[in-house]
Amino acid sequence: MRWLWVDRFTEFVSGSHAKGIKNVSLVEEAVDNYCPGYPFLPPTLIIEGMAQLGGILVAEHFLFDKRVVLAKVGRAKFYAPALNGTTLRYEVKMDAVQDNGGTVTSTSHCDGEIQAEIDLMFAFLEDGYLIDGPLFEPDDLKVMLRIMKFFSVAVDANGNRFPTYEKLN
Amino acid sequence: MALTEDEIFAKVQSALEDALGVDDDEVTMDATLVGDLGAESIDFLDIVFKLEKAFDIQIPREELSPEDILTNSQYVQDGVVTADGLAELKKRMPWADLSDFEADPKVQNFGNLLTVGDLCRYVGAKVND
Repeated sequence: MRWLWVDRFTEFVSGSHAKGIKNVSLVEEAVDNYCPGYPFLPPTLIIEGMAQLGGILVAEHFLFDKRVVLAKVGRAKFYAPALNGTTLRYEVKMDAVQDNGGTVTSTSHCDGEIQAEIDLMFAFLEDGYLIDGPLFEPDDLKVMLRIMKFFSVAVDANGNRFPTYEKLN
Repeated sequence: MALTEDEIFAKVQSALEDALGVDDDEVTMDATLVGDLGAESIDFLDIVFKLEKAFDIQIPREELSPEDILTNSQYVQDGVVTADGLAELKKRMPWADLSDFEADPKVQNFGNLLTVGDLCRYVGAKVND
C-alpha cells in the first residue's frame, strides 16, 4: 500500500499555499476498519494528508534540497467526521520558514463547511542525523509528485510553471 | 513602542503554554525550560517560531542554541567548557544567568540552563534595543 493521503494537488503556489483533495472511499481499509460499523477517515490520516501537502510546500520552497519531516502537530480541531463518499478539500498555507524548519496552517472543508483546522511544524534533518542521505530516492518523490498532479498545477509566485528541479532529476 | 517586562512575560508565557502544553501557573520566571517545563529539543524550534511571530523579531538559531561553541574543541576540553568558552558564551548570551553553569560547566549541564526569565530578557533585549 502506498502511504498517500492526498489524491491530487489542485493548486500550488511556491512559498505561499497548496490545495488538494482527498476522496474518502469505503474501499480504504482505514475508513472501513477504524470504527467498525461507522466508517470515516481517521483524523490522524487527515493530519497525514495535510502533512504531505505541507511538507511538499515547505520542501519545494527549498527546491527539495532539505530533508523535511513532520516534527509537531501544534493544533488540530475537528468539527465533523470525514464520512465515506465525501470529498475533503485541503488548503495548506505557509506560515513561517527558517533554515532549520517551517510551520504551516491548514484547513479541511467538506461540502463547503469547515471540517478541520490543523497547524503543523516541520523540521529539517541535518546531515548525519538519524539517517544519512536523502529520505526519498529522487525518482520515488518525482513519481509521487507526478501522480498527485503536482507538476500540472505548480507555479511560482509570479504564476510561472516550474520547469524542473535539479534535486528530483 | 517599548514593551514592559509584564507585557513581554505575558507573551512569552502564552508562547510556552502553546508550544509545551503547560499551564500558565507553571510558567514562572525561574522555571527551567527543559527540567521544569519538559521542553524537548524539537520544542525549541517551535518556541522560536512562536516568539518570532509574537514579537515580530528574527531569532538566529545560534543565539539561543550556541551549539557551535559547545562543540568547538577550542572552547571545550574533556566535556567541560573552558574559561575562554565561558567568556564566549557570556558574550553570545548576555541575557542568560550563567552563574550556576559556571560552577560546574560540563557541556551536558548546558541543556537545562535556560529559564523563562532568560527568554524574557533575551526577547526584551531584542524588542527594546
